[in-house]
Amino acid sequence: MSLWLVVAIAGSLTLLIRLSFISLLADWDMPPLARRALHFVPPAVLTAIVFPELLLRNGELAFSADNYRLIAGVVAIMLAWKVRRIMPTIAVGMAVLWLLQSFP
Amino acid sequence: MLIGAAPFGIIYGVLAIGAGVPIVLAQAISLIIFAGSAQFIAAQLIGAGASGLVIVLTTFIVNLRHALYSASLAPYLKELPRGWKWLLSYLLTDEAYAAVIAHYRNNAGVPNKHWYFLGAGLGLWGCWQASTAVGIFLGTEVPPQWSLDFTLALTFIALVVPVLKTRADLAAALVGGVVAVAAFGLPYRLGLILAAFCGISAGLMVWRLQK
Repeated sequence: MSLWLVVAIAGSLTLLIRLSFISLLADWDMPPLARRALHFVPPAVLTAIVFPELLLRNGELAFSADNYRLIAGVVAIMLAWKVRRIMPTIAVGMAVLWLLQSFP
Repeated sequence: MLIGAAPFGIIYGVLAIGAGVPIVLAQAISLIIFAGSAQFIAAQLIGAGASGLVIVLTTFIVNLRHALYSASLAPYLKELPRGWKWLLSYLLTDEAYAAVIAHYRNNAGVPNKHWYFLGAGLGLWGCWQASTAVGIFLGTEVPPQWSLDFTLALTFIALVVPVLKTRADLAAALVGGVVAVAAFGLPYRLGLILAAFCGISAGLMVWRLQK
Protein backbone atom coordinates (compact mmCIF):
# COMPACT_ATOMS: atom_id res chain seq x y z
CA MET A 1 0.00 0.00 0.00
CA SER A 2 1.47 3.38 -0.91
CA LEU A 3 2.22 5.68 2.02
CA TRP A 4 0.06 8.36 0.43
CA LEU A 5 -2.94 6.05 0.39
CA VAL A 6 -2.25 5.06 4.02
CA VAL A 7 -2.14 8.72 5.07
CA ALA A 8 -5.33 9.48 3.12
CA ILE A 9 -7.18 6.62 4.83
CA ALA A 10 -5.83 7.54 8.29
CA GLY A 11 -6.83 11.18 7.70
CA SER A 12 -10.33 10.24 6.52
CA LEU A 13 -10.84 8.02 9.55
CA THR A 14 -9.67 10.82 11.85
CA LEU A 15 -12.17 13.21 10.24
CA LEU A 16 -14.95 10.61 10.54
CA ILE A 17 -14.17 10.14 14.25
CA ARG A 18 -14.40 13.91 14.80
CA LEU A 19 -17.59 14.13 12.76
CA SER A 20 -19.14 11.14 14.53
CA PHE A 21 -21.50 12.70 17.04
CA ILE A 22 -21.52 16.18 15.52
CA SER A 23 -22.99 14.90 12.27
CA LEU A 24 -22.98 11.23 11.29
CA LEU A 25 -24.32 9.65 14.50
CA ALA A 26 -26.24 12.70 15.73
CA ASP A 27 -29.52 10.80 15.98
CA TRP A 28 -28.03 7.51 17.16
CA ASP A 29 -29.08 6.43 20.63
CA MET A 30 -25.80 4.88 21.71
CA PRO A 31 -26.05 1.74 23.90
CA PRO A 32 -24.82 2.47 27.45
CA LEU A 33 -22.09 -0.19 27.22
CA ALA A 34 -20.62 1.40 24.08
CA ARG A 35 -20.81 4.84 25.67
CA ARG A 36 -18.98 3.52 28.72
CA ALA A 37 -16.35 1.78 26.59
CA LEU A 38 -15.70 5.06 24.78
CA HIS A 39 -15.26 6.76 28.14
CA PHE A 40 -12.33 4.43 28.91
CA VAL A 41 -10.52 5.11 25.62
CA PRO A 42 -8.39 8.05 26.81
CA PRO A 43 -7.09 6.44 30.03
CA ALA A 44 -6.38 3.10 28.32
CA VAL A 45 -4.78 4.44 25.14
CA LEU A 46 -2.80 7.32 26.61
CA THR A 47 -1.17 5.23 29.36
CA ALA A 48 -0.52 2.47 26.82
CA ILE A 49 1.68 5.00 25.04
CA VAL A 50 3.20 6.57 28.17
CA PHE A 51 4.18 3.44 30.16
CA PRO A 52 6.58 1.94 27.59
CA GLU A 53 8.18 5.38 27.07
CA LEU A 54 8.96 5.61 30.80
CA LEU A 55 9.65 2.00 31.76
CA LEU A 56 11.47 0.52 28.78
CA ARG A 57 14.90 1.22 27.40
CA ASN A 58 15.85 -0.54 24.16
CA GLY A 59 12.89 -2.85 24.79
CA GLU A 60 14.09 -3.90 28.29
CA LEU A 61 12.51 -2.99 31.63
CA ALA A 62 14.59 -0.25 33.26
CA PHE A 63 13.66 0.27 36.92
CA SER A 64 16.80 2.12 37.94
CA ALA A 65 18.02 5.52 39.10
CA ASP A 66 19.76 6.12 35.78
CA ASN A 67 16.48 5.82 33.88
CA TYR A 68 16.05 9.59 33.64
CA ARG A 69 12.86 9.38 31.62
CA LEU A 70 11.17 7.42 34.39
CA ILE A 71 12.19 10.00 37.00
CA ALA A 72 11.14 12.96 34.84
CA GLY A 73 7.89 11.17 34.00
CA VAL A 74 7.03 10.52 37.66
CA VAL A 75 7.68 14.19 38.47
CA ALA A 76 5.42 15.16 35.55
CA ILE A 77 2.66 12.80 36.76
CA MET A 78 2.73 14.36 40.24
CA LEU A 79 2.73 17.86 38.80
CA ALA A 80 -0.12 17.07 36.37
CA TRP A 81 -2.09 15.75 39.35
CA LYS A 82 -1.61 19.09 41.15
CA VAL A 83 -1.87 21.71 38.41
CA ARG A 84 -3.93 19.86 35.74
CA ARG A 85 -2.46 21.95 32.94
CA ILE A 86 -0.58 20.80 29.87
CA MET A 87 2.16 23.39 29.33
CA PRO A 88 3.66 23.50 32.87
CA THR A 89 3.69 19.69 32.95
CA ILE A 90 5.66 19.49 29.72
CA ALA A 91 8.03 22.33 30.62
CA VAL A 92 8.90 20.89 34.04
CA GLY A 93 9.18 17.32 32.71
CA MET A 94 11.63 18.41 29.99
CA ALA A 95 13.59 20.57 32.47
CA VAL A 96 13.98 17.60 34.85
CA LEU A 97 15.11 15.32 32.00
CA TRP A 98 17.67 17.84 30.73
CA LEU A 99 19.01 18.46 34.24
CA LEU A 100 19.48 14.74 34.89
CA GLN A 101 21.11 14.26 31.49
CA SER A 102 23.59 17.08 31.99
CA PHE A 103 24.81 15.93 35.44
CA PRO A 104 25.59 12.25 35.02
CA MET B 1 -2.70 29.09 23.35
CA LEU B 2 -1.74 29.23 19.66
CA ILE B 3 1.92 29.50 20.59
CA GLY B 4 1.49 26.40 22.76
CA ALA B 5 1.04 24.20 19.70
CA ALA B 6 4.12 25.57 17.92
CA PRO B 7 6.82 23.57 19.75
CA PHE B 8 4.96 20.34 18.95
CA GLY B 9 4.67 21.21 15.28
CA ILE B 10 8.41 21.82 15.16
CA ILE B 11 9.15 18.63 17.07
CA TYR B 12 6.84 16.64 14.79
CA GLY B 13 8.65 17.99 11.71
CA VAL B 14 12.05 17.16 13.20
CA LEU B 15 10.98 13.63 14.22
CA ALA B 16 9.32 12.88 10.89
CA ILE B 17 12.42 13.84 8.92
CA GLY B 18 14.58 11.93 11.43
CA ALA B 19 12.42 8.84 10.91
CA GLY B 20 12.98 9.07 7.16
CA VAL B 21 9.55 10.39 6.11
CA PRO B 22 9.86 12.25 2.78
CA ILE B 23 9.56 16.06 3.11
CA VAL B 24 6.36 16.49 1.10
CA LEU B 25 4.66 13.59 2.87
CA ALA B 26 5.70 14.93 6.30
CA GLN B 27 3.94 18.22 5.57
CA ALA B 28 0.96 16.47 3.94
CA ILE B 29 0.43 14.41 7.10
CA SER B 30 -0.01 17.66 9.04
CA LEU B 31 -2.61 18.77 6.48
CA ILE B 32 -4.47 15.47 6.07
CA ILE B 33 -4.38 13.88 9.54
CA PHE B 34 -3.96 17.12 11.57
CA ALA B 35 -3.66 15.43 14.99
CA GLY B 36 -0.38 15.99 16.82
CA SER B 37 -0.05 12.84 18.88
CA ALA B 38 -1.22 10.50 16.12
CA GLN B 39 1.22 12.14 13.72
CA PHE B 40 4.16 11.52 16.07
CA ILE B 41 3.30 7.84 16.19
CA ALA B 42 2.53 7.57 12.48
CA ALA B 43 5.96 9.06 11.72
CA GLN B 44 7.64 6.53 14.04
CA LEU B 45 5.75 3.67 12.39
CA ILE B 46 6.60 4.84 8.87
CA GLY B 47 10.24 5.07 9.96
CA ALA B 48 10.07 1.52 11.35
CA GLY B 49 8.62 0.23 8.08
CA ALA B 50 5.28 -0.81 9.59
CA SER B 51 2.57 -2.07 7.26
CA GLY B 52 -0.15 0.29 6.07
CA LEU B 53 -2.81 -1.58 8.00
CA VAL B 54 -0.91 -1.16 11.28
CA ILE B 55 -0.44 2.57 10.65
CA VAL B 56 -4.15 3.03 9.90
CA LEU B 57 -5.26 0.96 12.92
CA THR B 58 -2.88 2.73 15.31
CA THR B 59 -3.93 6.18 14.10
CA PHE B 60 -7.55 5.14 14.56
CA ILE B 61 -7.00 3.95 18.15
CA VAL B 62 -4.95 7.01 19.11
CA ASN B 63 -7.55 9.40 17.65
CA LEU B 64 -10.61 7.56 18.91
CA ARG B 65 -10.75 9.87 21.95
CA HIS B 66 -11.83 12.66 19.59
CA ALA B 67 -15.22 10.93 19.43
CA LEU B 68 -15.67 12.08 23.04
CA TYR B 69 -14.99 15.68 22.01
CA SER B 70 -17.43 15.25 19.16
CA ALA B 71 -20.14 13.98 21.53
CA SER B 72 -19.44 16.79 23.98
CA LEU B 73 -19.72 19.57 21.37
CA ALA B 74 -22.55 18.06 19.32
CA PRO B 75 -25.42 19.70 21.26
CA TYR B 76 -23.92 23.16 20.66
CA LEU B 77 -23.43 22.62 16.93
CA LYS B 78 -26.64 20.86 15.97
CA GLU B 79 -28.30 23.87 14.30
CA LEU B 80 -25.33 24.56 12.00
CA PRO B 81 -25.42 23.70 8.25
CA ARG B 82 -23.55 20.60 7.17
CA GLY B 83 -20.60 22.49 5.68
CA TRP B 84 -19.91 24.15 9.00
CA LYS B 85 -20.10 20.82 10.82
CA TRP B 86 -17.52 19.27 8.48
CA LEU B 87 -15.19 22.25 8.65
CA LEU B 88 -15.33 22.52 12.45
CA SER B 89 -14.90 18.75 12.79
CA TYR B 90 -11.76 18.87 10.67
CA LEU B 91 -10.40 21.51 13.07
CA LEU B 92 -11.35 19.57 16.22
CA THR B 93 -7.99 18.82 17.87
CA ASP B 94 -7.18 18.39 21.59
CA GLU B 95 -6.19 22.06 21.89
CA ALA B 96 -9.19 23.37 19.91
CA TYR B 97 -11.55 21.31 22.07
CA ALA B 98 -10.01 22.65 25.28
CA ALA B 99 -10.41 26.26 24.10
CA VAL B 100 -13.83 25.90 22.54
CA ILE B 101 -15.69 23.86 25.16
CA ALA B 102 -14.81 26.44 27.84
CA HIS B 103 -16.08 29.23 25.58
CA TYR B 104 -19.37 27.41 24.87
CA ARG B 105 -19.96 26.67 28.55
CA ASN B 106 -19.13 30.16 29.79
CA ASN B 107 -21.16 32.06 27.17
CA ALA B 108 -24.47 30.21 27.13
CA GLY B 109 -26.66 33.05 25.79
CA VAL B 110 -24.20 34.55 23.30
CA PRO B 111 -25.01 33.87 19.61
CA ASN B 112 -22.59 32.94 16.80
CA LYS B 113 -20.13 31.06 18.95
CA HIS B 114 -19.22 28.92 15.94
CA TRP B 115 -17.17 31.88 14.69
CA TYR B 116 -15.07 31.66 17.84
CA PHE B 117 -14.59 27.93 17.15
CA LEU B 118 -13.58 28.70 13.56
CA GLY B 119 -11.16 31.41 14.67
CA ALA B 120 -9.48 29.28 17.31
CA GLY B 121 -9.44 26.25 15.00
CA LEU B 122 -7.96 28.13 12.04
CA GLY B 123 -5.40 29.84 14.29
CA LEU B 124 -4.22 26.49 15.62
CA TRP B 125 -4.29 25.01 12.13
CA GLY B 126 -2.12 27.79 10.68
CA CYS B 127 0.26 27.55 13.60
CA TRP B 128 0.51 23.77 13.17
CA GLN B 129 1.22 23.92 9.43
CA ALA B 130 3.83 26.67 9.82
CA SER B 131 5.61 25.02 12.74
CA THR B 132 5.62 21.67 10.90
CA ALA B 133 7.40 23.42 8.02
CA VAL B 134 9.96 24.91 10.45
CA GLY B 135 10.56 21.47 11.96
CA ILE B 136 11.01 19.89 8.52
CA PHE B 137 13.47 22.67 7.64
CA LEU B 138 15.48 22.14 10.84
CA GLY B 139 15.22 18.38 10.32
CA THR B 140 18.45 16.65 11.14
CA GLU B 141 20.03 19.85 12.56
CA VAL B 142 18.40 19.10 15.92
CA PRO B 143 20.58 16.66 17.89
CA PRO B 144 18.86 13.56 19.37
CA GLN B 145 20.42 14.37 22.79
CA TRP B 146 17.76 17.08 23.16
CA SER B 147 15.30 14.19 23.65
CA LEU B 148 12.50 16.18 22.03
CA ASP B 149 10.55 12.97 21.46
CA PHE B 150 9.95 12.87 25.23
CA THR B 151 7.44 15.74 24.89
CA LEU B 152 4.98 13.19 23.46
CA ALA B 153 4.97 11.16 26.70
CA LEU B 154 4.74 14.36 28.76
CA THR B 155 1.77 15.63 26.73
CA PHE B 156 -0.07 12.37 27.24
CA ILE B 157 0.70 12.43 30.97
CA ALA B 158 -0.81 15.93 31.13
CA LEU B 159 -3.88 14.76 29.19
CA VAL B 160 -4.48 11.50 31.05
CA VAL B 161 -3.85 12.34 34.72
CA PRO B 162 -6.80 14.77 35.03
CA VAL B 163 -9.30 12.26 33.54
CA LEU B 164 -8.50 9.56 36.14
CA LYS B 165 -11.44 10.17 38.45
CA THR B 166 -12.79 6.74 39.44
CA ARG B 167 -11.36 3.31 40.25
CA ALA B 168 -12.61 2.09 36.89
CA ASP B 169 -10.65 4.87 35.12
CA LEU B 170 -7.57 3.90 37.09
CA ALA B 171 -8.05 0.22 36.21
CA ALA B 172 -8.34 1.07 32.50
CA ALA B 173 -5.17 3.16 32.71
CA LEU B 174 -3.06 0.68 34.71
CA VAL B 175 -4.07 -2.38 32.69
CA GLY B 176 -3.56 -0.47 29.43
CA GLY B 177 -0.11 0.64 30.58
CA VAL B 178 1.04 -2.72 31.93
CA VAL B 179 -0.17 -4.67 28.88
CA ALA B 180 1.57 -2.15 26.60
CA VAL B 181 4.86 -2.77 28.45
CA ALA B 182 4.41 -6.56 28.49
CA ALA B 183 3.43 -6.70 24.81
CA PHE B 184 6.01 -4.20 23.60
CA GLY B 185 7.94 -6.96 21.85
CA LEU B 186 5.11 -7.57 19.39
CA PRO B 187 6.00 -6.28 15.93
CA TYR B 188 5.02 -2.75 14.81
CA ARG B 189 3.52 -1.64 18.09
CA LEU B 190 0.59 -4.03 17.81
CA GLY B 191 1.01 -4.13 21.60
CA LEU B 192 -0.62 -0.69 21.67
CA ILE B 193 -3.82 -1.98 20.08
CA LEU B 194 -3.86 -5.02 22.39
CA ALA B 195 -3.24 -2.76 25.42
CA ALA B 196 -6.06 -0.40 24.43
CA PHE B 197 -8.45 -3.34 24.14
CA CYS B 198 -7.39 -4.83 27.53
CA GLY B 199 -7.48 -1.44 29.28
CA ILE B 200 -10.99 -0.63 28.04
CA SER B 201 -12.18 -4.13 29.05
CA ALA B 202 -10.65 -3.73 32.53
CA GLY B 203 -12.37 -0.37 32.97
CA LEU B 204 -15.71 -1.89 31.94
CA MET B 205 -15.28 -4.82 34.34
CA VAL B 206 -14.50 -2.64 37.36
CA TRP B 207 -17.38 -0.33 36.41
CA ARG B 208 -19.74 -3.36 36.27
CA LEU B 209 -18.54 -4.70 39.63
CA GLN B 210 -19.04 -1.34 41.31
CA LYS B 211 -22.56 -0.81 40.04
